[in-house]
Amino acid sequence: MKSKTMPSFAAIGRFWLPVLALVVPLALIVTVTGQFGGLSLQRTVIEMLISIVIVVGLYVFVGNSGVISFGHATFVAIAAYASAWQTCCEMLKPITMAGLPPFLRDQSIPLLPSAIVSVLLAAAAAFLTGLVIMRLTGLAASISTLAVLFILNVVYSNWDSVTMGSASIVGLPTYVTAWLALACAVLAIVIAYLYQISAFGLAIRATREDEVAAAASGISLYWSRLIAFTLSGFMVGLGGVLLAHYLGTVSINNFFLSFTFLALAMLIVGGMGSLAGAVVGVVVITAMVDIFRRLEGGISIGGEQWSLPAGTQELIIAAFMLLILVFRKDGIMAGREIGLPEQAQREKGLING
Amino acid sequence: MANIVQVLVDAIALGSLYALVGLAIGLVFGVMRLVNFAQADYITIGAYALVVPTASVTPPLLLGALPTAVMIGGVLLVVVVLALLTERVAFRPLRNSNPSTLLISSFAVSYFLQNLVMLIHTGRPKSVGIGQSLANAVEIGGVRVPGVQLLTMGVTAGLLVALVLFLKKTPLGIQMRAAAENFQMARLLGMPANRVIALAFAISGLLGGAVSLLLTIQTGTLDLRMGLMPVVYGFFATVIGGMGSLPGAALGGFLVGVASVLLQTYLPADLRPFRDAGVFTLVILILLVRPQGLIVTSAAKERV
Repeated sequence: MKSKTMPSFAAIGRFWLPVLALVVPLALIVTVTGQFGGLSLQRTVIEMLISIVIVVGLYVFVGNSGVISFGHATFVAIAAYASAWQTCCEMLKPITMAGLPPFLRDQSIPLLPSAIVSVLLAAAAAFLTGLVIMRLTGLAASISTLAVLFILNVVYSNWDSVTMGSASIVGLPTYVTAWLALACAVLAIVIAYLYQISAFGLAIRATREDEVAAAASGISLYWSRLIAFTLSGFMVGLGGVLLAHYLGTVSINNFFLSFTFLALAMLIVGGMGSLAGAVVGVVVITAMVDIFRRLEGGISIGGEQWSLPAGTQELIIAAFMLLILVFRKDGIMAGREIGLPEQAQREKGLING
Repeated sequence: MANIVQVLVDAIALGSLYALVGLAIGLVFGVMRLVNFAQADYITIGAYALVVPTASVTPPLLLGALPTAVMIGGVLLVVVVLALLTERVAFRPLRNSNPSTLLISSFAVSYFLQNLVMLIHTGRPKSVGIGQSLANAVEIGGVRVPGVQLLTMGVTAGLLVALVLFLKKTPLGIQMRAAAENFQMARLLGMPANRVIALAFAISGLLGGAVSLLLTIQTGTLDLRMGLMPVVYGFFATVIGGMGSLPGAALGGFLVGVASVLLQTYLPADLRPFRDAGVFTLVILILLVRPQGLIVTSAAKERV
């Protein structure tokens, strides 16, 4: 769109357009709600941005490989707990989490190194799980990721001396602001974009379209998926750290089936075939959840107090997701990125095959 | 010796329960490549149908107040109707989707039903007393077997035999096996697709209803997630048994049930809470050795 005398600049703009088209509106939302929004709206925006980090992370594996994963809450939880062990409640730790190794139990670790370590731990966990599970394909792989989710839930719920069992760990430093969450969401989007247009990304997208043809073209199903799974674990781990330090508490029950359902619903509603779909899905579902949560809390219309029964929100989200699956199975974005029309055309051939 | 026999009885009772769930999931998977999460909620809703919807922890009985035969019939009917309803409303429009989409949609149906139960019955666990007389143990040759376990084994054996006879001897059963083998081909040869799929759901509902009654008699409590663990075990049963293979599903169910009881018995006491993690790890290990499951059907083989 820039003048013709600066073709390289225009080319750069075109290259980054799918990212800018997502990032700029998000930045606008943060700016506007920061200026004019109420406190509860600002909290919703932060939650939305953290969800974007997690769902975009999930998209890196699920969207590119086409294999549904029920296991990503595992890596969110691993990073959240790792961060809690390092930064939480120095005075109480020796009592409540006596089973931690001494270097964790008796001191707190600065925030930035602890966040980095936690995210890397999630990535390592994803890599190790992937080493095993990526040998499977299709439904067997999906069911195995579900097994991973249950294994972690059982272990963390019962490992009382380290995780405080199914009780919440409270008192994590809450340093996550809207701008930090935005920065991480942007980072996640950029990583996901660069990955999906890289050689690795194209390879795994080829396996999504046709496993046999991709394998015949010399693409290793195993390695391409393992790379995506690890990167994906890294990104949802980042989301886990943010979530822990936004809420200030960590509890294993928050990283189980409901969490998994909501993250998958966001991805499916937006459309798991594209990065834009992942982001749009988060925005749409967050808005719906927020609206119905408010209606459940009760509003007054004409002096009349009126509220939906608690639990309506979950029913409506589930029904909405089913409707999307039946009537628009590829989600709102249907596998398209947001970009110039020609760009979209080119991508259809190049990226979406 | 008696101790080992006791453990074996426990193992077979639990294994047969999981075999029932595995079969219910396997039947539906066979005809439409759907791994049905909502099976968990069939079980839960069947059990909740026993009581009147209230916020009370000890709710008055609804279907549970009826004479035994009518109560059993009522619960089975509720679950069968529910299974057919989910098939008609949610799964039929998606019939030609890929297995991943179906899996996700059943996840959504399950989430919907679970929250619906929560909305109607509240989320608190409830206690319900049906079939208390069955809790008494019967002594057979020095081994004390609770009546519930005998009932579970008896019901499972009966249902398994009935199911095998149905699948082998009746025209609809043969059509169902043909559909599991190769749905397109069976359809071309005149298999009535809608009827066979609906029937698979009805049977999965029937099995689900039986499981929910057995579970309720065993535990005496109702819980929103009471169906979850049996069905997760049922999933793993069908996967390690070989997806699409009905004998495999039953075999897998027995295996995970037996593994679960053995781990519960022989793990050191402080590791016992981690029993489920052990079973699930075992499942992943079995899959690594035999990715297609123990019994490989021709339908599960990749065709190029």
